[in-house]
Amino acid sequence: MKHGILLHEFEDDVGVAVEDLKKGSKIGVVTLEGKAAGSIHLISDVPLGHKVAIRDLPKDKPVIKYGRPVGKAVAAIAKGAHVHTHNVKTLRWSV
Amino acid sequence: MIKPEKMKLTGYRRPDGRYGVRNHVIILPVDDISNAAANGVASLIKGTMALPHAYGRLQFGEDLELTFRTLAGTGRNPNIAACIVIGIEPKWTERIVKEIAKTGKPVAGFSIERHGDLRTIEMASRKALEFVQYATLLKREPFPVKKLVMSTKCGESDTTTGLSSCPTVGRVFERLNKAGATMIFGETSELTGGEDIIQSRCASPKALAEFNRMFDNYTQLITGQGVDLLGSQPTEGNIRGGLTTIEEKAMGNIQKIGRCKVVSALDPAVEPAGPGLHFMDSSSAAAEMITLCGAAGSVVHYFPTGQGNVIGNPIVPVIKLSGNPLTLETMSEHIDVDVTGILRMEMNLDQAADEAMRVLEDTINGRFTAAEGLRHDEFVLTKLYRSA
Repeated sequence: MKHGILLHEFEDDVGVAVEDLKKGSKIGVVTLEGKAAGSIHLISDVPLGHKVAIRDLPKDKPVIKYGRPVGKAVAAIAKGAHVHTHNVKTLRWSV
Repeated sequence: MIKPEKMKLTGYRRPDGRYGVRNHVIILPVDDISNAAANGVASLIKGTMALPHAYGRLQFGEDLELTFRTLAGTGRNPNIAACIVIGIEPKWTERIVKEIAKTGKPVAGFSIERHGDLRTIEMASRKALEFVQYATLLKREPFPVKKLVMSTKCGESDTTTGLSSCPTVGRVFERLNKAGATMIFGETSELTGGEDIIQSRCASPKALAEFNRMFDNYTQLITGQGVDLLGSQPTEGNIRGGLTTIEEKAMGNIQKIGRCKVVSALDPAVEPAGPGLHFMDSSSAAAEMITLCGAAGSVVHYFPTGQGNVIGNPIVPVIKLSGNPLTLETMSEHIDVDVTGILRMEMNLDQAADEAMRVLEDTINGRFTAAEGLRHDEFVLTKLYRSA
């Protein structure tokens, strides 16, 4: 199985696709330091540089990347889904 | 791992003891209406470069002070061997000449009123020819890394900058910091969501108080307009690259400073007083930010990019780093340091930092960056508010 998702921190909720990833494929997850973090079954296409949910994220949950909140889920997000502006918003400004 | 002390750096020692890595003779207009005369001199005299810009008339208060400081700082920058200043009238022209003259380098001012463009161009060109002959005789000499002043700012960021090009710069900055170099970062607006990290890095209560003042001023500027920055931060380019929120963008941005402490928080275009990493209050717009870094004395700049910002600067060589495979595939002529190996898991951060330092060393020693070769000469003054 190839590694195609990078995590900044082992416990992050989202990882970054390092190439265009296709729905239905099983992709390995590793941290920047090279530590294996299992695999993810993609339930949507995720373009290079976009984020993938590493676990199910309920609506309103802060989304953790770099080991800290970088926004909150504005809809329930399933493991393996594309995570972006359609389902995560900033915690900083009114939304 | 490359040790910064082992880098063989050469540059031009200026009379004030600072080292430049380029040897420009510039023709600096004080104001927008003097651009034509400045361009006139630069087209006549080989080896000179005009720096036209859009402002300098009827500014007042802090905004005027910043314009003076930026123009004078640009002339003072060690990458400048000598400088001609041209303004519409003598008083403001002399004010800038005086600030530049404090460095001991050759500088001369000319004003257009009571001469006209043509006679001004003639007088300034005669002096510019002298300056070029002075500058072309200067020789590079070795200098220690602790005399290096450099800056960083990223642009067209995406998730790959946070994973690769920004932490690469962070790793180099940690090494340079230990070696006693001076470094500048800024981008006040793009720290939103990570400002607590900068606060925790401030090395003194004074640095922290100054940083907080600058960050709060910026926040008030935004809220005072009755808006937020959704739609501007992150930018459409950032979003296309996969960045979702300003906090996520800020965390990527902050990777550039590694684990360095912040020794001071500077107002825009203010020269750092000593070694270490300095925060400079600045816009996140690339051309404005790098122009301010140049005015603060930075002689070379690291610019991590994801989606492919093509920025350059006329006096500060801009080194671009990217870890985005699509950017390297489609616009490689703009990228100096390829760190795509990090995403392919074929390169670690220490190897990427070594590569960035090799390019830094070559650039300091005179090799053109991609932006220099491509004539990216963006010189943009920061305007704080409208003119009178």
